[in-house]
Amino acid sequence: MAMPRYDKLVFEIGAPGRVGYSLPASDVPVEDPRAGIPDSYLRREAPALPEVSEFDVVRHYSRLSQLNYGVDTHFYPLGSCTMKYNPKLNETMARLPGFARLHPLTPPASAQGALGLMHDLAQMLGEIAGMDAVSLQPAAGAQGELAGVLMIRAFHRANGEKRTKVLVPDSAHGTNPASTALAGYQVVQLKSLANGDVDLADLEAHLAPDVAAFMITQPNTLGLFEQRILEITDLCHARGVQVYMDGANLNAILGITRPGDLGFDVCHFNLHKTFTTPHGGGGPGAGPVGVKSHLEPFLPAPVVVRRGEAYALDWKRPKSIGKLQAFWGNFGMLVRAYTYIRTMGPDGLREVSENAVLNANYIMARLAKDYDVAAPGPCMHECVLSARKQKKLGVTAMDIAKRLLDLGFYAPSTYFPLIVEEALMIEPTETESKETLDAFCDAMIQIAREAEQSPAVIHEAPVTTSVRRLDQTRAAREPDLRWAPRR
Amino acid sequence: MANIPAELRYTKDHEWAKQEGGRIRVGITHFAQEQLGDVVFVELPKAGARATAKKAFGVVESVKAVSDLFAPLSGEVVEVNDALAKAPETVNGDPYGKGWMIVIAPSAPREWDGLLTASQYEEFLAQSGP
Repeated sequence: MAMPRYDKLVFEIGAPGRVGYSLPASDVPVEDPRAGIPDSYLRREAPALPEVSEFDVVRHYSRLSQLNYGVDTHFYPLGSCTMKYNPKLNETMARLPGFARLHPLTPPASAQGALGLMHDLAQMLGEIAGMDAVSLQPAAGAQGELAGVLMIRAFHRANGEKRTKVLVPDSAHGTNPASTALAGYQVVQLKSLANGDVDLADLEAHLAPDVAAFMITQPNTLGLFEQRILEITDLCHARGVQVYMDGANLNAILGITRPGDLGFDVCHFNLHKTFTTPHGGGGPGAGPVGVKSHLEPFLPAPVVVRRGEAYALDWKRPKSIGKLQAFWGNFGMLVRAYTYIRTMGPDGLREVSENAVLNANYIMARLAKDYDVAAPGPCMHECVLSARKQKKLGVTAMDIAKRLLDLGFYAPSTYFPLIVEEALMIEPTETESKETLDAFCDAMIQIAREAEQSPAVIHEAPVTTSVRRLDQTRAAREPDLRWAPRR
Repeated sequence: MANIPAELRYTKDHEWAKQEGGRIRVGITHFAQEQLGDVVFVELPKAGARATAKKAFGVVESVKAVSDLFAPLSGEVVEVNDALAKAPETVNGDPYGKGWMIVIAPSAPREWDGLLTASQYEEFLAQSGP
């Protein structure tokens, strides 16, 4: 018989009656549950729990863990996600018992170190972004966006203004319209120019008195710096419109320019992108939000404040949009981001962006012959290619992504931004060596040759991964989301 | 290249509209379904809902993207293609036939004249890329 395989659920391995524990005989009288619990709350049959030994469990999960794929094992050029190396020093600091074992409800007098770290991190993020105040509460970028939009709403209300619309370009991250709609606004989509820039004439035409905010990403989602940003923010402010910066691409501009100096009123930070806290399963995320002083009264409560030599949680904030997150935010992530910023220092952070931009331009230059570039460079921290040339040969961006898996790389973002046909969005980050970038470019060039000469090898890909090409259409049409017990 | 039936009218958002004795049948074009890729979900209004020209009446989701569906004309939605809920792939296979989405009883029938003709839509596609 074959050994149990990784593609089984823990429910499907083991055998009836097998257990992974042995309990001593009870030394107290055993009560019949029916004696103490109303009949309506009693279940009729035993739950279908896994019946496995301890060894089954260890082997099952060890095998699954070997399938992990991440920045610690592979190059991960997922555009817009800043999959950079997460220094292990961050982990050591977050595990210091004084941080790791601190109960979130410890009275502030006994949690001065943690509050001090939060206070200083907020100040450092404010300095990096040119913002006057920062809330560390949001648990991810999208929640940072929601907090920012709610503060803008509260600001307009406090001024007695009724504004009901938020402008979002068609090149935006999907979270922008989603957070805006969640905050109760009507989303108005603006068409971008071919290079992803804002169409100023179109923006001006849409800046009606009922517009509350304009939400854009800088650099934009084509990886280009929005050159006329000062005109854009001036234009918006002249009409009483607040300008929100999606901070997803902050890794391109650290120490070079600041959202606050560009005229933005609000911006969020993705600590799990720019500031080396883990993504995904290693997370959770953290999406602090920074504001200019006119929005400061509306920050989520409580705010960490310094009173003389002591730190405190300030709850007396009558204009606050309220509390957003359990306790004070994802504190462990704050420790990691603080560690990173203090490790790098201001000059180091500037070098981060310089090298991130250099690496992206290196890839763009090496691949420009074999793939169409979405917009002429130089680019910022990521470059967007189009596989439209390959599509004419029957090879799509999705096929190229699958073939990259065979060649030992994670795939770039595909089909985003939506305004680029057959988009492949590549963000190498500053933490990759020239050798890795070259190996990736070699693989991309090999795929371009295969598209011309032997497309079958691309259509069959991936063949070296633990599962072959998945039927994503069927997965979306007939989602099978939970295990159902077999009776 | 283009599969653009001459008797239909079109929007710049890639919906088609068909006159059926005063009522308007609506779907998305061959070009739209090709750009979207495999359609996995179609969300349509209920019969009796109001549709407003150039405003969203539903949502189409593919493996690549989620897009709003825009009404070519204003009016009452009188018929809805419920079969698409179970077989969204019909939109890919037969966009101008069994892949239709709604039928509108127009409240401002002259909006029809503002829609693109087949040759105008073909020209629009040629200009805007891909």
